[in-house]
Amino acid sequence: MAQAKIIPLHSGITAPGIQAPQVEDESPNGETEYAAPLPDETPVWERKLADTLAFLRHRITGEYEVDDFGFDKELTENLLIPSLRPLYEKWFRIETIGMHNVPADGGALVVANHAGVVPIDGMMVMVALYDDHPARRHLRALGADLVFKSPFVGSMARRAGHTLACTPDAEALLSGGELVGVWPEGYKGIGKPFKDRYKLQRFGRGGFVSAALRTGKPIIPCSIVGSEEIYPMIADLKPLARLLGFPYFPITPTFPLLGPLGAIPLPSKWYIEFGEPIETAEYGPQAAEDPMLVFNLTDQVRESIQQTLYRLLSQRGNTFLG
Amino acid sequence: MPPKVVLVTGLSRVIGSGLAARLAADPEIERVLGVDTVPPTRERLRRLGRVEFVRADIRNPLISKVIATAKVDTVVHASSTASNGAGGRVVSKEMNVIGTMQLLAACQRSSLVQKLVLKSTGAVYGSSPRDPVRFTEDTDINSTPTSGFARDAVEIEGYVRGLGRRRPDISITTLRLNSIIGPKLDTPLSSLFTLPVVPMPLGFDARLQLLHVDDAIAVLERATREDLPGVYNVAGSGILTLTQAIRRSGRVPLPTPTMLMPGVGRLLRNAGLVRLMPDQIRYLNFGSVLDTTRLRGEFGFSPRWTTAAAFDDFLARRGQRPLIDPDWLQTAEDSILDAATRLR
Repeated sequence: MAQAKIIPLHSGITAPGIQAPQVEDESPNGETEYAAPLPDETPVWERKLADTLAFLRHRITGEYEVDDFGFDKELTENLLIPSLRPLYEKWFRIETIGMHNVPADGGALVVANHAGVVPIDGMMVMVALYDDHPARRHLRALGADLVFKSPFVGSMARRAGHTLACTPDAEALLSGGELVGVWPEGYKGIGKPFKDRYKLQRFGRGGFVSAALRTGKPIIPCSIVGSEEIYPMIADLKPLARLLGFPYFPITPTFPLLGPLGAIPLPSKWYIEFGEPIETAEYGPQAAEDPMLVFNLTDQVRESIQQTLYRLLSQRGNTFLG
Repeated sequence: MPPKVVLVTGLSRVIGSGLAARLAADPEIERVLGVDTVPPTRERLRRLGRVEFVRADIRNPLISKVIATAKVDTVVHASSTASNGAGGRVVSKEMNVIGTMQLLAACQRSSLVQKLVLKSTGAVYGSSPRDPVRFTEDTDINSTPTSGFARDAVEIEGYVRGLGRRRPDISITTLRLNSIIGPKLDTPLSSLFTLPVVPMPLGFDARLQLLHVDDAIAVLERATREDLPGVYNVAGSGILTLTQAIRRSGRVPLPTPTMLMPGVGRLLRNAGLVRLMPDQIRYLNFGSVLDTTRLRGEFGFSPRWTTAAAFDDFLARRGQRPLIDPDWLQTAEDSILDAATRLR
């Protein structure tokens, strides 16, 4: 029913619902591969049972693959993404636009706006690229050191394939043909007050542009609408944040007033748009040493995201109904 | 220039004796001398063949005489170690640091010494959440180790660089070997997997990268024979996470709050079960992975064992039985699926 309401937000794009048949044609390792070991007449529930049991056996015996970054593909596909899917599909009813701008293989750098106090936007882009991209791509996000320092969060982020935002890791992933996600606004973006919503903050020092230039991979601007409203931050308790070692301590209309209930994000309607890729290969790897070019490209990416945000916002009706 | 007379320190240990035996098998090398404070076991002695054993303490200036009189041209310093059986940490540090200083002083004195191969460790990079995923030889170190064997290794490398400055004619190869594992090798990490229930830091999952002991010996041998000065990381490809390794070994992970880990470590150390030093306990939070591009390229060596294969070989040759039999699991899975088919 959500799909019936889609209004194309700009020309030349197709809504996910229309793309659906194409998805099955192009998917080399989609659902069909799962069914392969068992005969076709096997009921779906039985196939699911077999998959679940195999998954559990691998977990118990440790027979699974983990890459150097700690990315556990099996766990991510079978447990992490499925657990985020209800949030993606039912709670935020996310619609993706411009998925054709994300290459089916090879490295690329997805650069997105950051908002919402808790980095749920990162997780949602990860689900979007896996569920809605025909090639079921895994997003390898670059995160703050606070993430990897924290127990549970850090090890879970590593299992999901994410790593610390630093030049060697970004370049290693990009040249390894991975899809890398970066939120260059950092804490300034995610922890900004509600009154500044959808106003892009400074884009760091442009380190992400240098990484893309050095590896010659395209930059894909990604604009997320809806993430600002999940936890509207009306105040920031700075002294408490400093005491706890957090970058900010948010006060929202429901938190900490309603206690744990305040941790439930508001069900805003989300749109994630992937823009036209900005090619960097033509400049050559030496271009990363040219600060003016790096600044200009950074501004170009930032401007592209900001313009898309304004357009999506003007086309969006109600915050919660879309 | 190929070596004529080689001196290997740490002869009574797995790696020292393995290397000396391999070198002795080559008729091109005139003499192979092995130094250690204790004689090698009888079994190892048999395999050592024509290797000459010098019972000496490298902390003693006597080592200088040995190097001079035997006309040693190549020194392989493979004795520094995390664990020195009896004596504990103080003796260990003495052996590692003071021993190295004496040995290097002797090398500097002798005009015949042309090559030094140092067996160092990947632990020199430390281990922290702020590190890049793979350490290259030139990575800026975020958390220089402040204690334990890793600290010794940092100091040893410093002294070796000092020798390099004073005697630029000596070709120096420093090999940073990441956690070595082997069936006969008793390391703090490997002793962890002998426990039925393995304590690990709650909420963390270290990335472990292992090096099979055979590859460790082979890489030292290549460094001794060829002239390949420089610093090289050495590690098997791929990683295992700590939980994954515990599960593979058929043990049960026991997530323990990080605050309690040092206490648990002390308890296990006092009980003589596991020799985990405080710095190694911290290593269990994040682990470390080395970039081996330079090793595979310039140095021309590719470890034969991957991390997972090295670990599985260690388990298989130790004859370690998992608590939950994987075959039993497979059978159980098949019978559930059979039952499901019959239900249809």
